[in-house]
Amino acid sequence: MDKILLIIKREYLTRVKKKSFLLATILTPLGIAAFMVVASFIFGYESDEAKRIAVVDQGGVITGGIKDEKNIKFSQYSGTLEEARAEAVDGDFDGVLVIPEQSNLYTKDVQVEYYSEDGLTLDVEGVIRDRVRDYIRDYKAEQLGMDKRSLDALSFNTYVEPEPLIEGGEDTSKITGAIGAGIGTLMGFVMYLVIFIYGMMVMRSVQEEKTTRIVEVMISSVKPFQLMLGKIVGVGLVGMTQVLVWAILIPLIVAGASFFFGIEPPQADASAAGGMNPEEAENMVLLAIQEIQNQNWWAILPLFLIYFLGGYFLYASLFAAVGSAMGEDQGESQALTIPITIPVVLAIYIMFAVVQAPNSTLAMWSSQFPLFSPIVMPARLAFSPPFWEVALSITILIATSIFFIWLSARIYRAGILLYGKKIGFKEMGKWMISG
Amino acid sequence: MSLLKLDGVLKRYEGVTAVDHVSFTVPDGAIFGLLGPNGAGKTSIIRMITTITRPDAGEIYVSGQAVGRETIGKVGYMPEERGLYKKMNVEDHLLYLARLKGLSKADATRALDYWFDRFSIETWRTKKIEELSKGMQQKIQFIATVVHDPDLIILDEPFSGLDPINTNLIKDEIYELAQRGKQIVFSTHRMEQVEEICDYIVLINKGKNVLEGWVKDIKQSFRENLYEVKVDGELDDSVLQAYSLRDRTRGGAYVVQLPETKPGNALLSDLVGAGINVTSFREVLPSLNEIFIRQVGDYNPVLETV
Repeated sequence: MDKILLIIKREYLTRVKKKSFLLATILTPLGIAAFMVVASFIFGYESDEAKRIAVVDQGGVITGGIKDEKNIKFSQYSGTLEEARAEAVDGDFDGVLVIPEQSNLYTKDVQVEYYSEDGLTLDVEGVIRDRVRDYIRDYKAEQLGMDKRSLDALSFNTYVEPEPLIEGGEDTSKITGAIGAGIGTLMGFVMYLVIFIYGMMVMRSVQEEKTTRIVEVMISSVKPFQLMLGKIVGVGLVGMTQVLVWAILIPLIVAGASFFFGIEPPQADASAAGGMNPEEAENMVLLAIQEIQNQNWWAILPLFLIYFLGGYFLYASLFAAVGSAMGEDQGESQALTIPITIPVVLAIYIMFAVVQAPNSTLAMWSSQFPLFSPIVMPARLAFSPPFWEVALSITILIATSIFFIWLSARIYRAGILLYGKKIGFKEMGKWMISG
Repeated sequence: MSLLKLDGVLKRYEGVTAVDHVSFTVPDGAIFGLLGPNGAGKTSIIRMITTITRPDAGEIYVSGQAVGRETIGKVGYMPEERGLYKKMNVEDHLLYLARLKGLSKADATRALDYWFDRFSIETWRTKKIEELSKGMQQKIQFIATVVHDPDLIILDEPFSGLDPINTNLIKDEIYELAQRGKQIVFSTHRMEQVEEICDYIVLINKGKNVLEGWVKDIKQSFRENLYEVKVDGELDDSVLQAYSLRDRTRGGAYVVQLPETKPGNALLSDLVGAGINVTSFREVLPSLNEIFIRQVGDYNPVLETV
């Protein structure tokens, strides 16, 4: 056991001390923060400049002028279109909005024209469209003799409020779906990344030891199983360290950047692009934060960890087996890794489907199947799946991981000593059986 | 007590018998040579001594103890293909290997200090392995092999790639370790090295022990009563008739075979009696190389499976 600890320590320290690790770990959060800062500035830049738009109301549609948006100022123009355009060219206006006479009140397409140098930019287009629609609707209503109040009754918001079937049952909110999807997707991607990056790291390490023949010296001191396990655990710890650092640094740096640079949190900008009005967006955010807080984190986080570990060990041991069977030939190893990565990619797709229907048959079976469960089940955790399903899934995952570790160890033991010969699946099969 | 003993060791790989009921006992204090052509089974035997693999039958004893977890710390192994972690620095690497052999951190540090001092390589401590030349790396590998003070030291082609100075350095170390009572197991194809260094050998061919014994005795047992003599001028046919001329070397020496009954002195006195000026006279014992070839003959080497 001490020997395994020694190996774990060495595998961990040699990787964590490397400059490349430090750079990647620190630079990634900084990169994300920098991206955010730049993105915010880009959005902010546009909206800092006030746009002055001259409105040429040819049909007499607008009464009282168009209401200004934050950085877009509309002013009724009393002259002709040509005069307006001339003044715009001179710089008095940034653009000229022309609302033609509404000859056909029943038309399904209402077109207005926007004259400007910059063309129709996103910030302006949304606002113009919304305003014009509202004003023309009022105009049409008036022209057609409809009562405005009745008209307003026709526009309303629709919400679906979930209620528990049995009295005292789980009371979820309408955001749960989105939150669950968000958390699940995040977990899925983290697993995917970890498996690829660190699983491959294990494989490459095994290959290197085989190529440099250090493995012969090593296994005259330790059993192959000890070396393999120590390596898997050590590399896994490196992965966890990196994820942990990111989990702490990224929120900190993002918060710090927002504070420092006085940027609005991304949600506000995103809502402007999405077409929601700011108030709605704020409500959503508050609801989301509340929903996130309502999650049973005491249960979810340890479960995350268990799935994380189970999934990592399962796949990392497969990578170790492949690495030991492969020679120096990089091409061979790439080819053999494909069968391993297919279930991972499949699991991501299944996860997307599961998140939309968390209690479906697909969801149930795929969160039991050990190659998929580390990615699929965590996605379901936000939807409070039945306890027995989670317990069973974990049991299966752990048992399978142990089995795979044992299986891979047999391949590893035989593979690391063989040189030159190409090892196919048949060979590995024999090793698995005979050890 | 013998530090290395094999008893009926059998090892099979996929239907091929790599080691076929091999037994031998290495006498205490002898530098031991494990010889044989490629694929003969030497590597398989070595791997079983070092616990890398296990025999299918038979026993191996290191310092009187059956090979297993307890003997790991007693054996040092320098494989033919050298291997070290390129990115580790020398000190960390040697400490790591020493501790994996069972040394405590304190003992390992002390042992390292000793060897760094002995080889005068104090300045290498913080260098990365990849920064060292091949010869330097092999010195490090040698230290790694002996740092835990093992009773049994297995060296597979230890001099390959070393320049004469480093070769001598390692050779001296080997002698010194042997003197201190360590059992050296030397594995090589280079028979000249074996003759120079080894006291006792075992020749493995096709998985079997085909020849075993003290080098001196073996050479004696294969002697053909050959003598090499150098003279001033040329030898007359008349003189040579009594003996069968085996060879005329490039240096002008005559290699002559005496009949079994005649001692070497007889030739010498014959020559001197004939008034010939003898400048050099010596018995020619067969080289291990020749013995090796003769024993192994037209061998078909088994393809290396391990």
